[in-house]
Amino acid sequence: MAQPALKQTATDARLDALDLPTGGWTETARRDAVARVRDMGLPARRDEYWKYTRPDTLVQADPLPARVFDTDEAPLFAAQNGLKIVFVDGVFDAQASDALSLEGVRIERLAEATTDIHWARDLFGTLEARGQKPVHRPLAALNTAYAQDGLLIHVTQTPDRPIDLRYLRSSDNADAMLHHVIKLDPGTELTVLEDGPAAARLNQVMEVDVADSARFHHIRAQGRDHERRAATHIFGRLGTESTFKSFTLTANGVLTRNECVIELLGDDATVHVAGACVGDGDFHHDDTVFITHDAVNCESRQVFKKVLRNGATGVFQGKILVKKDAQKTDGYQISQSLLLDGDSQFLAKPELEIYADDVACSHGSTSGAIDEEALFYLRSRGVPEGTATNLLTLAFLAEAVLEIENEDLREEINNRLSAWLERHRG
Amino acid sequence: MLEIKNLHVKLEDEDKQILKGVDLTVEAGKVHAIMGPNGSGKSTLSYVLSGKDGYEVTEGSATLEGIDLLDLEAEERAAAGLFLAFQYPVEIPGVGNMTFLRTAVNAQRKARGEEEMSAAEFLKVVRARAKDLKIDAEMLKRPVNVGFSGGEKKRNEILQMAMLEPKMCILDETDSGLDVDAMKLVADGVNALRSEGRGFLVITHYQRLLDHIKPDVVHIMAGGRIIKTGGPELALEVEQNGYTDLMSEVA
Repeated sequence: MAQPALKQTATDARLDALDLPTGGWTETARRDAVARVRDMGLPARRDEYWKYTRPDTLVQADPLPARVFDTDEAPLFAAQNGLKIVFVDGVFDAQASDALSLEGVRIERLAEATTDIHWARDLFGTLEARGQKPVHRPLAALNTAYAQDGLLIHVTQTPDRPIDLRYLRSSDNADAMLHHVIKLDPGTELTVLEDGPAAARLNQVMEVDVADSARFHHIRAQGRDHERRAATHIFGRLGTESTFKSFTLTANGVLTRNECVIELLGDDATVHVAGACVGDGDFHHDDTVFITHDAVNCESRQVFKKVLRNGATGVFQGKILVKKDAQKTDGYQISQSLLLDGDSQFLAKPELEIYADDVACSHGSTSGAIDEEALFYLRSRGVPEGTATNLLTLAFLAEAVLEIENEDLREEINNRLSAWLERHRG
Repeated sequence: MLEIKNLHVKLEDEDKQILKGVDLTVEAGKVHAIMGPNGSGKSTLSYVLSGKDGYEVTEGSATLEGIDLLDLEAEERAAAGLFLAFQYPVEIPGVGNMTFLRTAVNAQRKARGEEEMSAAEFLKVVRARAKDLKIDAEMLKRPVNVGFSGGEKKRNEILQMAMLEPKMCILDETDSGLDVDAMKLVADGVNALRSEGRGFLVITHYQRLLDHIKPDVVHIMAGGRIIKTGGPELALEVEQNGYTDLMSEVA
């Protein structure tokens, strides 16, 4: 495909600056991915899919520096007793991590898996490649080609604890590409927790294959570093009666684009994708979701809530595609923003594309301010204005947070949101 | 307790005078009732006293135990001991009733420099008070007023009043939307809170609430002013003859 000259130049410049890992079982997939990137070209400003988010700083060869932000917060999921796996600036840190052993689960580093692993070879780059249609996601293909590190996780039996991924930073300039491949065998269940900013610039891909009757839970918090940038992709493929639930908390970060691309391929499967984001000032957050119903009687929910102030920007592009034979589809999509002042903005593009005739799909998108009546009611009971505003803000975010099944995790997320709101008071 | 002098209030956004010189004093331990036709300014008086935005005081004063109410934020008035039971209690999706009550109780305690109530103590007290008002555990768990019936909302107002133990309670048409049984329940709740140190201002259209909450003094409000003040018999007179007679009598 011929690219506009500028786009071609930008793509070439980025690819030239990178070293393609060679050798091992990933080589073919990586070469194929390079070809996809060259064919599509990296995102440019005029691309329809990047209408509301400028891709320049995600594409350019050198990342903009981002100061490491030292928080005094304890790791978010420390109390969950998960298998701790630490990455610093996008590189696995064996010393800080637990041993990569968890009963019922095989875990390996992408960077070290030189011997052929059949299950991973069948998945690595495969779900990403499937996700390139009908919309291009070149940054994900770039990731498949050049990812330096990541994990290969194969669940054969349900483990007794979650996997707790912690993404720390030490450098102001790190440009990380992480690629995880997760496979859940039939009937198994896995919870993956992610916490931390990961790098000055992060490009992350997570490919998740959820077999029949398997259940995957994903709860992520993206770190409070103000200047960090991130482009993440989750690609999910769901079998019969399987479940996929992903929740993301984003607080701060100058630029974040989270894409989630899910295919419901088996009947009676369920996918819930949710996000709560809070931004103050120089903050741009983009949730882009694409859910394809390609089986009967599946349920999908997208619940995204954004709290924006001092000129922060929120973007939501969400699509439900219901294929011809995906009868009895139940699709729900809601994206809402709470604008705490007149300077902030929310841009939403909800889409439904339905070819089946027996489906129930609904979508809604709203932008609003704090409810003055409710605020006065709380104040008239003696609750100070700041506390009342935060209480109402948490209430606004609650629908998204409620998508997390585990009550302890919900509370951890709520506490973190509450702490953020306290720090960013009126 | 509550002293209102020559209070003039207009709408902030419109050139419309609503209160045109209200004079009213409620003593501690007394129940005062304000009756009046629609549009007489009764609800505006309750909003202005509790600190709602949108009104401008152009003249006069309002004090609670000598403290200038009009100078305080809504939450400060509450901490000073003022409570308004809303005519239309607000629904707040996503905020649990218990969380709301506890936040309010502790915010007021904090504002007054008192120690916060512990979770256990709070639970004990709230359960006892809720039981008196026939508010079950389910209602306490639900988001504030969401899906509550008219009667449940009013009972929830009285529960808040019971938990916050204000010095001065204003009840704005608490009887509206209530059937006889619900009114009795609400009135019992209010009567249980009557005490020497507490004043009440009961705003109502009808005399029937005053059968259950017996007032010491009854005021008739019309055209933004108190036009007549008397004993409980004044309420009966209104019930029999309506407001028109009274208003022409004064005019």
